[in-house]
Amino acid sequence: MSIEIRNIKKEFGSFTALDNVGLDVPSGELVALLGPSGCGKTTLLRIIAGLESPDSGSIHFHGVEATNRDVREREVGFVFQHYALFRHMTVFENVAFGLRVRPKKLRPTEAEIHRRVHQLLELVQLDWLADRYPPQLSGGQRQRIALARALAVEPKVLLLDEPFGALDAKVRKDLRRWLRRLHDELHITSVFVTHDQEEALEVADRIVVMNQGHIEQIGSPQEVYDNPASPFVYKFLGNVNQFHSRVNAGQAHIGDIALNLNAHHTVQDSDALAYVRPHDIDVYTEKNGDQALQAVVSYIHAAGPLVRLELQPENNADIIEAEITRERFRELKLDQGSQVYLKPKSVQVFLQ
Amino acid sequence: MSAAISQLAKYNAKVARSRATSEPAWVRWGLITVALLFLTLFLFVPLAAVFTEALRKGFETYIAALIEPDALSAIKLTLIAAAISLPLNLVFGVAAAWAIAKFDFKGKSVLITLIDLPFAVSPVIAGLIYVLIFGLQGWFGEWLIDHDLKVIFAIPGIVLATIFVTFPFIARELIPLMQAQGKEEEEAGLVLGASGWQILWHITLPNIKWGLLYGVILTNARAMGEFGAVSVVSGHIRGLTNTMPLHVEILYNEYNYAAAFAVASLLAFLALITLALKSYIEWQSNRVAISSNTAE
Repeated sequence: MSIEIRNIKKEFGSFTALDNVGLDVPSGELVALLGPSGCGKTTLLRIIAGLESPDSGSIHFHGVEATNRDVREREVGFVFQHYALFRHMTVFENVAFGLRVRPKKLRPTEAEIHRRVHQLLELVQLDWLADRYPPQLSGGQRQRIALARALAVEPKVLLLDEPFGALDAKVRKDLRRWLRRLHDELHITSVFVTHDQEEALEVADRIVVMNQGHIEQIGSPQEVYDNPASPFVYKFLGNVNQFHSRVNAGQAHIGDIALNLNAHHTVQDSDALAYVRPHDIDVYTEKNGDQALQAVVSYIHAAGPLVRLELQPENNADIIEAEITRERFRELKLDQGSQVYLKPKSVQVFLQ
Repeated sequence: MSAAISQLAKYNAKVARSRATSEPAWVRWGLITVALLFLTLFLFVPLAAVFTEALRKGFETYIAALIEPDALSAIKLTLIAAAISLPLNLVFGVAAAWAIAKFDFKGKSVLITLIDLPFAVSPVIAGLIYVLIFGLQGWFGEWLIDHDLKVIFAIPGIVLATIFVTFPFIARELIPLMQAQGKEEEEAGLVLGASGWQILWHITLPNIKWGLLYGVILTNARAMGEFGAVSVVSGHIRGLTNTMPLHVEILYNEYNYAAAFAVASLLAFLALITLALKSYIEWQSNRVAISSNTAE
């Protein structure tokens, strides 16, 4: 089922949580709402679910207006950030709850409920936990039970609020791959909220980047990562170095160096912010040509697949971060205090 | 084996910590002695006195004082007042706590203050309020007489006064508990299609049952022991509007000490049972809390 969101506004007292937000979620897609805390992403999710009502604007499910439809009639599944499992019920009863509370005419038989619940528990690979209580489960298990419970009522839309937020790093990675596979199997329209860009980039079909109640950009993970629409998006999707520069006739000037741009060919001498990702900075120990920034290595983080360098430029500007491969690091024989020369490989420029 | 070692390590750590953070021995023993002396003087001695005085003239006098018609009627009235006020306050307490903990609305702080009012007002004043409203010269006095209804100096007045003084106990017990539990589980129930009653019955009530029971026991203890407010509205009519505490007072004023203490001992006994129940519930709810925490 597709979801269309039109001009949604929501205020809490004097705080504007959502300011004129519009968004289309095509049927069967897995969409991530990505942004820092307080950007309105959870409010938007709760408005889609019907747990919150917008001050103005409308929501359409499959082309039919559903703004004032009761939560119970929206046919959505909601997975809460802290799972909200019913702590006094067994795992089985938790999953069965949505079926048991149906009015008598629509309620499946006891045998059918049994079959459905066990099928779902098998789907989340936790059939053996049916008789346990939620406090006896690990975080990852609770998360999957919460998902099974949400799926039990056969929702048309699945909404997940920070689904992996409360888990440790390893479980998080496993679970998000598992969620992606599950989505590919079930093809249910899904929206999940996250503040973790890595998670959004890995799992989602499309990413909606939000900031301060606005949508900054909508696009596939690659589009959003490669062509960020605003400095905010660029900064939010991974580490970045910011330089003050001047743009003139298709060239960006940072200090002494000039870099060719793909755009801004007609711009004459304008102030701009230039962004360079740490892995887009080449590091040399010798000055080949004069177009390079001179810096001193101030710190080396060598643990991990890439070596991260903190570099202090000679003009005492902000620290620059660079990432180089381990081989390159061994080749350069760098130490703290080494003199190096930096060349940005690619740069993203936003005019001011 | 490794479990045993870790147990031992925990124990050692505990000992070391307690040494590092505790006071010298004489301070500890001094404080304990003071506390025990205080408890003995102000709690244990009076309690023991009640029972020895009650039995001073022998067991037969004791029983006779309890099964005398006026005493039986006082016991009955006390139980009736508790039996009516308890369910009413149960419903009110759950409703108020539910509203305050799970919803935001204007006037919430006013409601909380109102709930606390009976704690702040002297019970005698509470009784007087009812006399002013329902008494002969009160607002509804004439209307009540015209319709042949008796509130003051009758059972309805006693029940009203009891409800007033026990009003806050359940709500006060539940509000922090429900606030701590948040409303995510209720929202989960809502999204899964449960109706309001189903959510209350299957999700909210099971989550608060220990706190609720605790509140009920406190309410019950207060309902049976209330003196001031009930004293004002009862009129002290023997065999008709005397509750147990009032009956004790009357017997005492008539120098009938043995009987007075006999009835008092019954009240004290009820209080002890209440306390035992309360400790059992605290122990139970702690156990539940611990078992759910250790599994985290």
